[in-house]
Amino acid sequence: MAESHGGAKPAAGAHTEADGGHHGGGFPPFESSTFASQLVSLAIFFVLLYVIVSKLALPKVGGAIEARQNKIEGDLTEAQALKDQSEAALKAYESELASARSRAQAIGNESRDKANAQADAERKTLEEQLAAKLAEAEKTIASTRTTAMSNVRGIASDAAGQIVQQLTGVVPDVASVNAAVDASLKG
Amino acid sequence: MKIDPIHQFNIEPLFTLGHIGNHTIAFTNSSLYMLVAVAIISILMLASGTQLVPGRLQSVAEISYEFVASTIRSTAGAEGMKFFPLIFSLFMFICVSNLVGIIPYTFTVSSHLIVTVGLALLVFFTVLIYGVAKNGLKFFSIFVPHGVPGYILPLVMFIEILSFFLRPVSHSIRLFANMLAGHIALKVFAGFVAMLGFSLGAIGWVGGVLPLALTVALYALEILVAFLQAYVFAILTCIYLNDAIHPGH
Repeated sequence: MAESHGGAKPAAGAHTEADGGHHGGGFPPFESSTFASQLVSLAIFFVLLYVIVSKLALPKVGGAIEARQNKIEGDLTEAQALKDQSEAALKAYESELASARSRAQAIGNESRDKANAQADAERKTLEEQLAAKLAEAEKTIASTRTTAMSNVRGIASDAAGQIVQQLTGVVPDVASVNAAVDASLKG
Repeated sequence: MKIDPIHQFNIEPLFTLGHIGNHTIAFTNSSLYMLVAVAIISILMLASGTQLVPGRLQSVAEISYEFVASTIRSTAGAEGMKFFPLIFSLFMFICVSNLVGIIPYTFTVSSHLIVTVGLALLVFFTVLIYGVAKNGLKFFSIFVPHGVPGYILPLVMFIEILSFFLRPVSHSIRLFANMLAGHIALKVFAGFVAMLGFSLGAIGWVGGVLPLALTVALYALEILVAFLQAYVFAILTCIYLNDAIHPGH
């Protein structure tokens, strides 16, 4: 081994130093004696790298990325659920508020109607009472007037009879006096 | 002062591992930097924690994961995720070893053709074996494009087959040549600075500002190239695997 490499190396060195510009067989990338060593090293280290990458590195890094992705997605789903929940709560609150408002209005209407009805009923009974009293009073007035009027007739016929007797000295017939008084009362 | 832009690519055996036939298998500086790349990737991916809110290291690990995963999904579809470990390993191995390689006095693993050929052949045979195992003979329909008139079909098929077998060549040489050329250019321009200074004295040091500025600019470009070539290698792998997964397209 030491011979083959020992042989190749000074040759390469000699070429590069002696030839200067133009590259002959001493150009290291074309030095075929080193090919086997490089290929074996490449095979060993590339296989090693491949095993590390495929068995350890990629699952680890990929797992971390996936875990982050899942975490983000989970958080977003949770946030969405919470948002939905709060929206539902808001909606429930609003509908509750609306129904409470309409209930309050209904209660208000009802109590107002009831109060109105009561007031109407009271007014009606009051009016009826007043009307009855009025009718009674009118009746009293009418009867009083009739009485008064009949008294006036009696007094008038008496007065007429007395006046006729005084003037003529003749006691007038009661019936004719009454007729005359009636006629003058009417006329 | 002499510029030796090739010296950085020398393979230095550190100790012997064994023999295969009459080849000596040594643990070289290249092996060491492969080990460094594997170690950096392992530390990045395994020691970075699995917190819900990632730290810096974990962010880098997760960005690498997502970047490769989205590249595969967009080029080879969801079925391509079967090859996620392979493509992730390829991308990270090339990217990390390239980035380590731009640090001065280090070695760039992918500046050696044999390494990039090894990786390209791995992809080539993965595509071929998986394609045939999954689709049977239907896999070879990738050589027969739709809507081509019959009289030029043999020619088109010949070109398609040729391009299929040339894929590992272009796949490997693209990466190798980019890394090699970039490192040589960097070394040459950086060498100019020292060469001007040592040969012309004070004037040389002043004149060295220009190549120094170019070196800095090239260095930035090389960082981009180090990442970009890893990405290109990975995305081409995805495209080739897409042929194996969906040969009808």
